[in-house]
Amino acid sequence: MAIVQAHSDRWRLWAAHAFLIALCGVVAFPFLVVLSVSLRPGNYASGQLWPSTVSLEHWRYVLGLAAIGPDGQSMAPDLPVLRWLWNSVKVATVSASVVLGLSATAAYAMARLPFRGRQGLLSSLMLVQMFPSVLALVALYTLFDRLGAVWPALGLNSHWALVLAYSGGIATHVWTLKGYYETLPVEIEEAARVDGASAWQSFVRVVVPMAMPMLVVVWLLAFIGVIIEYPVASVLVNEQDQLTLAAGSKLFLHEHNYRWGDFSAAAILSGLPITLVFLLAQRWMISGLAAGGVKG
Amino acid sequence: MRQPTRAWPYVLPALLAALAFVVLPMVFTVFIGFTNRSSTNLLDFERARAQLRDESVVVQGTAREFVLVHDPALGGVRVLLRPSARDAQAWISPVLPEANEEHAERGEKTDKAKLALALTPWAPADDAGNVAMAKKALPWHAVVDAVPQLRSVALETPTGELLQLISLREFAQRDRLYNATADGAMVDRLTGKRHAPDDRLGFFVSADGERLQPGYQVNVGTTHYQKLFGDAKFREPFVSVLTWTVLFAALSVSGAAGLGLLLASLLNWDRLRFANVYRLLLFLPYAVPGFLSILIFKGLFNQNLGEVNLILDALFGIKPAWFSDPWLAKVMLVLVNIWLGFPYMMIICTGLLQSIPADLREASAEAGAGPWTHFRRVVMPLIIKPMLPLLIAAFAFNFNNFVLVSLLTGGRPDLPDTTLPAGTTDILVSYTWRMAFNDSGQQYGLAAAISTVIFALVAVLTVLQLRLTRSVQAERQTP
Repeated sequence: MAIVQAHSDRWRLWAAHAFLIALCGVVAFPFLVVLSVSLRPGNYASGQLWPSTVSLEHWRYVLGLAAIGPDGQSMAPDLPVLRWLWNSVKVATVSASVVLGLSATAAYAMARLPFRGRQGLLSSLMLVQMFPSVLALVALYTLFDRLGAVWPALGLNSHWALVLAYSGGIATHVWTLKGYYETLPVEIEEAARVDGASAWQSFVRVVVPMAMPMLVVVWLLAFIGVIIEYPVASVLVNEQDQLTLAAGSKLFLHEHNYRWGDFSAAAILSGLPITLVFLLAQRWMISGLAAGGVKG
Repeated sequence: MRQPTRAWPYVLPALLAALAFVVLPMVFTVFIGFTNRSSTNLLDFERARAQLRDESVVVQGTAREFVLVHDPALGGVRVLLRPSARDAQAWISPVLPEANEEHAERGEKTDKAKLALALTPWAPADDAGNVAMAKKALPWHAVVDAVPQLRSVALETPTGELLQLISLREFAQRDRLYNATADGAMVDRLTGKRHAPDDRLGFFVSADGERLQPGYQVNVGTTHYQKLFGDAKFREPFVSVLTWTVLFAALSVSGAAGLGLLLASLLNWDRLRFANVYRLLLFLPYAVPGFLSILIFKGLFNQNLGEVNLILDALFGIKPAWFSDPWLAKVMLVLVNIWLGFPYMMIICTGLLQSIPADLREASAEAGAGPWTHFRRVVMPLIIKPMLPLLIAAFAFNFNNFVLVSLLTGGRPDLPDTTLPAGTTDILVSYTWRMAFNDSGQQYGLAAAISTVIFALVAVLTVLQLRLTRSVQAERQTP
C-alpha cells in the first residue's frame, strides 16, 4: 500500500471529497425539501429551505384531522392517506404471508426432495419471472373482471384480487430460500426422520425454526415488494377508499388538485417506516446469509 | 428403506399460483392480441345480441306528465299521472315501495319487468282529503330524491300498458327497438333497416355501413400486427415510442452504471476517509420507495412552483418547462432515473472491485501506471464481463420502467396528430397502458399485441443475459 502514494494524491483526495459531498447534497436535496415543505403553511408556498413559519396543517391533513378552510368552515381531508396506508399494510401482510408459505414449501422440495423435472422447474420459474407483470396488465384486468362476475369478493377493486395477483411472484424467494436451506446441515433433519418424524414434521419442527431468520427476511422483502408495487394495484383498484398507498399517492399531485404540502407530509409519514423496514431487511439478509454460511 | 417423500404436495401450491397469476396472464395477453377486444367490443356475440334486443324506445304518444303527492292517510308518496291528449283520465299509483337496485337496473328494458304497480283512476271530487293532496304536489327536488324509487317501478294501466320513468317529468311506454331474426341479424322496428353480424369486424352492420353499438369480440388474426408494422398512421408513433424506449433504457443504464462505477472506485480508495458515511447516504435513493421519490421529483420539477426552477431562476433567471418541452421532459426523465438507479450499480461495482486482488494495483504502480491507466487497462477488463449480464438485466428493467414514466410525466407531452395518444416520453409499456386504460377507447386488443411484441424483445434480452451469465460462470470455474 505504501508504494502507491504520489504527491498529487492530496488534491485528488480533496477533489474526491468535494465530488462526494456534492453528490450527497443532490441525494439529500429532495428529502430535505420535502421535510421543509411539509412544515410550511399552504400548498403553493415556496421559498426558504428553512421555513420561517412552521405550520402543522399538512400533518393534520394526512392524519385525517379536520382543518379550518379559507371560508372558515371545518373541512375533512378528501384524500384518506391513513386508510391507504392501512390498505397497503393489510394487502402486503396477507400477500407476504401467502408468498412466504408458498415459497418456503416449494423451496424445501427443491432443496431436499429429489423429483423429476426439478431443475427444469427451477429454471422455468426464474425465466417466467423475467417478464414483468406490467406487460400482462390487460390480461390481469380482464381476468379479475371475469373472476369478479363469478365471485365479487375476488373481482376488481377488491383487496383479495391484489393478494391473488401478487401470490404468483415467488420465483426469487424460492431461489433465495432454496439457497439458504442448502446451507443448513442435513444431519439434524435425518436424525429427526430416524426418530420417526414424517417429512412434514421434520420440515415444520426442524427446518423452519432453523431457517427462521431467512424466512423473516423473505417475508419482509415480499412485504415491501407489495407495498411499493404500483402498476398492478393502479389497474385492479379504482375506488378511492380501496386504493393502496402506491396507487393513491399520485392523486396529491393531480393537475387540478395540486397538494404539494400535503403530499410531502404523506410521503414522510409513509416513506419513513417503509425505508427503515427495507434497510433492516437488507441488513438481516446479509447477516442471515453470512450466519447460514458459517453453519453450513 | 423408507418410502421417499413425495415432493408434489410441497411444490404444487406454489406452482399453481405461478401458473394462474403469472403464466396464464402472459398466455392470455398473447391471445387478446389477436382479438378486437376494446370498449366497444367487450361482449361475446350472444351477450351483445341480448343487449341490443333489450334496447328500447319510447312509444310515440304514450308520454304522460306526473307529479308526486304525499298521502297522509297511507303515509307515503304516490305518483299522480295527469290527463294526456290521448286519455282524459288522471291516474294514481299506490304508495311507492323502497327503491330496489335490481329493479332499477333493469333500466329501459321492456321484456324484463320492473316492479309493476297497478294504477287506479283518480277522482279528486270523491273526498276532501284527495283535493287537499292534489293541491300539494311535492317540489322538484323531492322528485329528484325519489328517482331511485321511481326507476324501480313500472306503472300498469288497467289495459295492461306498462309506463316507465323517462324523464323527471314524464312516464311513458317503452318498446323494443330491434327484432332479432333467426339468421342473427337485428332489424330496426321503426325503420325496418337490417343490421347483419359481420364476424370480421365484430359489429352488426347495415347495408349502408352503419354499425350498432355495442359490437362483439371476434378473432381478428394479425390485424393489429399489420397495423403496427404496416400502417403508417400506427407505425410512426410506434417507431417513435420504440426508439425513445431503447434510448431511454440505454442512457439510464449507462448513466447509472457509469456513476455507480465511479463512486465504487472512489469509495474503494483506502485513503478516503468517511467512506462508510458516504456509502450509507448514497444508498438512500435505493432504500426509499420508488413511487414516493418519483412523485417528489414531479413536485420538485414543477415549472412555476417547483424548487428546481426556484434555484435555476435565482441563479440564472431561467424557468425551464420540464413537463411541456419534449426535450427537457426526456432529460428530466433520464436524470431522475440515474438518481434512482446509481446506488444499486454502486453496490454491484463495489462487490466486483473488492474481488480484484489488491496487489494488482501495486503491480501497475510499479510499472509506472497512474490510477486512470490502471483503471482502464486492469480494472475495466476484469469487471466488464461479470457486469454485462447485470447491465442487460438493468436495461430490460428500464425498458419496462412503467412506474417512472407513468408517475413522472405520464408519457406527455404528446406527439401531435396521432390516431391514438402517444407521448414523446412514452415508453412502450406506458404507451400500451394508455391505450388500454386511459383516454383512447380501451384498445385492449392492440395494447395486448404491443405487449406481445415487448414479450418477444424481453425474451431476446433474457436469452442474451443467460448466455453471458453462463459464460462468466464457466470462466470462473476453469482455473
